[in-house]
Amino acid sequence: MRILATLLVKEFKQIFRNRLMLPIIFVVPVVQMILLTYAASLEMKGINMAVVDQDYSQASRLLVSRFEASPFFEINLSTGSYQEAENELTSDHVDVILHMQHDFELKLYSEKETDLQLVVNAINATEAGLINAYCTQIIADFNGQVRARWFGLEGSGLLISLDIIPKYWYNPLLDFKIYMFSGILVIIVTLIGMLLTALNLVREKEMGTTEQINVTPIRKYQFIMAKLIPFMIIALFELAFGLVIGRLLFGLPIVGSLGLLFLFTCVYLLTVLGIGLFLSTISNTQQQLMYMAFFFMLTFILMSGVFTPAESMPQWAQKLNLLNPVAYFMKVIRMILLKGSEFRDISREFYSLCIYATLILTLAITNYRKTS
Amino acid sequence: MEVREHIIEVKDMVKKYGSFTANDHLSFHVERGEIFGFLGANGAGKTTAMRILCGLSYPTSGEIRVAGHDVYRERERIKRKIGYMSQKFSLYEDLTVSENIHLYAGIYGLGRKQIVVREEQLLERLGLAHVRNRLIREIPLGWKQKLAFSVAIFHQPAIVFLDEPTGGVDPITRRQFWEMIHDATEEGITVFVTTHYMDEAEYCDRVSIMVDGRIDALDTPAALKQQYESVNMNEVFLKLARS
Repeated sequence: MRILATLLVKEFKQIFRNRLMLPIIFVVPVVQMILLTYAASLEMKGINMAVVDQDYSQASRLLVSRFEASPFFEINLSTGSYQEAENELTSDHVDVILHMQHDFELKLYSEKETDLQLVVNAINATEAGLINAYCTQIIADFNGQVRARWFGLEGSGLLISLDIIPKYWYNPLLDFKIYMFSGILVIIVTLIGMLLTALNLVREKEMGTTEQINVTPIRKYQFIMAKLIPFMIIALFELAFGLVIGRLLFGLPIVGSLGLLFLFTCVYLLTVLGIGLFLSTISNTQQQLMYMAFFFMLTFILMSGVFTPAESMPQWAQKLNLLNPVAYFMKVIRMILLKGSEFRDISREFYSLCIYATLILTLAITNYRKTS
Repeated sequence: MEVREHIIEVKDMVKKYGSFTANDHLSFHVERGEIFGFLGANGAGKTTAMRILCGLSYPTSGEIRVAGHDVYRERERIKRKIGYMSQKFSLYEDLTVSENIHLYAGIYGLGRKQIVVREEQLLERLGLAHVRNRLIREIPLGWKQKLAFSVAIFHQPAIVFLDEPTGGVDPITRRQFWEMIHDATEEGITVFVTTHYMDEAEYCDRVSIMVDGRIDALDTPAALKQQYESVNMNEVFLKLARS
């Protein structure tokens, strides 16, 4: 125990003597949390719209006014020429064109139905899907209003329709930032923990001080633990710090138990830091380590369901995610924070990570060579 | 002449890296309390042999005992009884003089009080008391080398291994360094030292000279000079290396 304590004192002194460490712990995560939460947010505001109203009737103006009233749409261009609108779309100045031909209202009265054209820029498919959904909803509202106002009296019997009001559980206001923020917090905690730990060990290898350590009677597990514990504490601190930022800036809900979240995070960190340490036992230079760490980090993060739920990935990808610790944490942090899940809800993930952590740490310790 | 205990005993030690033989059937012993010089040109296999004796590297074959323990099965026991100062500078640059002493002393399980007392004596003797709280990276190379040696023997090992300890330091510091080595033997520590400064070989009790992975000569400096009809060790070395 005394040897471990001696080593821990050394590690902490070295960590906080590194001038870059405090910015890495405090500044970098805050910038990432704020920047990425807004930037990666899929929420739609200010969709740029071009209106081609060739009818200019009461009906067409009514529809346009509904778009104007929506907080999501910004009408940038009102024109009679479809060509002009299309030019704006191809040059990326508008996201969507609403096109009504000269017989829009006439057909509505005479044939009781009419046509309109919606052209959506689908370079960003997700965004296009959302724009389409928003437009359809507004047009459906307009439809109801028209039927009520003009045909309402005689067709009152037909007017009974199902009015679907969706209620979004665990994120009632569909605040995408909350969803995004929890994901970004996972990434930051993972990156800081895994990379700092792994780089630290490889740096000692590069400097040649591990050789001096290897001729001493230090046990391998003592050395590995001394590398693991400080960064585990830093990563846990980072999580606490992130939760405070999220609470203050984004009103992040914390429905479940914080104790449970931190307990789960401990097991999670043992796993990812273990992976980092394992990678550093098989690398000789910081450069080699960075290549490998980036491969694993990118794959883990992109597959973890940070942007899209992992449940909507193909079956084989979901199977692969059994090996992806980030996916477990991504799911559990949202379950605990947003949904208030309890231990029994996350026990499967918890025990899986316990096994994972044990395996990877054993591998890291046995693979660390005191003798070559 | 009294027969002294063999603190290092090496028989037919071989180390191969693929088809390259770094150590080709080395056999020698080191007596307790002597200064054993391990000489040879760059690439002759000195460091390889030393790393095996310290338990940093596995031998390919051979019978090797260090401080009474077998290098295959009892490496961790050996490590308790040895000190090592590598070619690459091995103190932590971002820790202070005092912190380095406490770190290594703590690793060998010395008590806190004991450490404090001996640290005081050590810094006094080295004349480094005024820089005890300076980072290693801020002090001159000569001081670092002396400190690294003192840290390597701080836990009073039976043997200390020094791998080219005086590389890059000025003649005066080298001289002081060798005085420190002598002081260490007075305390009963056996010194195993590699070097390619031939004047330093004169300070050793016995020297071995390695050429291409083999030991070509092993005796006291005086006997070697007589055998090779040379005035100094430098000549001995050149004659051996050219033959």
